[in-house]
Amino acid sequence: MHELSISQGIVDSVCEAVPDGQVLAVKVEIGKLSGVVPDAVRFCFDACTRGTRLEGARLDVVDVAGRGRCGSCQRELEMEELVTRCPCGNPFLEILRGRELRIRTVEVA
Amino acid sequence: MCATCGCSGTVGGESHARSHDHDHPHDHEHGHSHPHDDSTAARTVQLEKEILGKNQLLAERNRGWLEGRQIFAVNLMSSPGSGKTTLLERTLRDLGKEVVVSVIEGDQETRLDAERIRGAGARVVQINTGTGCHLDAQMLGRALHELSPAMGSLLFVENVGNLVCPALFDLGEGARVVIASTTEGEDKPLKYPHMFRSAELILLNKVDLLPHLTFDVARFVAHVRLVNPTARVLEVSATRGDGLPEWYRWLAARGAGARPAVRAADEVSGTSRV
Repeated sequence: MHELSISQGIVDSVCEAVPDGQVLAVKVEIGKLSGVVPDAVRFCFDACTRGTRLEGARLDVVDVAGRGRCGSCQRELEMEELVTRCPCGNPFLEILRGRELRIRTVEVA
Repeated sequence: MCATCGCSGTVGGESHARSHDHDHPHDHEHGHSHPHDDSTAARTVQLEKEILGKNQLLAERNRGWLEGRQIFAVNLMSSPGSGKTTLLERTLRDLGKEVVVSVIEGDQETRLDAERIRGAGARVVQINTGTGCHLDAQMLGRALHELSPAMGSLLFVENVGNLVCPALFDLGEGARVVIASTTEGEDKPLKYPHMFRSAELILLNKVDLLPHLTFDVARFVAHVRLVNPTARVLEVSATRGDGLPEWYRWLAARGAGARPAVRAADEVSGTSRV
């Protein structure tokens, strides 16, 4: 379960970037096409934060919708899944958005 | 958008916070009596950091380290049981006399694969990830220092058998190769699109078993094309030797940039025929 590494990455990055204070909340962006399941990150987050300054912190996940561009007809469309076929028939879209795995803000007491 | 009032951007070229200082009357009641002590108030810190940023940084460091030593590193990924270690053993036996090859073995537990690889004549370092389901750039960095592969050599990194997690973690490798096998479903590329999308080469192993299976190679390739239009697909059998000359040619050609010392493709492939 790579979400454990993702959660650990969040905790490490926050501890490094915010050297003191109790962390109350962390807001992260998880793209729909990133291959990371937000619920699994939430599940791991509690375990990873135990004993750190993030213990008890709230994890706010902002879902980022997937969006792609068709190389054949240049149309842009929403992508619910990585494998999305353009209405023109092209099965492979260039991903414009949806792979985000980003920490946006941290709320510190 | 401004978090204070919802307007967009700066006002009059001034910093936005200033323009809002006194532009409305303070006629509301302060119904609470606690002191306003800013030092205890929660503050919001803008981080805007990539969650995998640290791994990415270490991966780039590994990549630079490998490039500086002209080492071509191949990240081999597959599900368990695809024949990854068998393919690697065969590759080491066939190429070992031509090129210096070393291996980093990733497994959750045991040193069994490392022993098999050592038996095939290569230097090997085993990484046991314990509960971890993938290798990351830090693990590879440590293993590189322990293994200290020779200048101009070929390095295989056998990732943990898993088609999900390793896809997300750049190790700093020169190329990603996914091994699938005919005893798995033809729909693997669709079920694990992240993995197949990230591969440069896909080896379809165990083609010697095709007469006994219902596996449809064309269907498998069509599924690969849905997630990755540019990856090369090679049909191979690690036990019987089918397609291996092509695999060796790919290694030689692709690694030539990193390792000018690699022998010409034809010389290499000559050693691999059954």
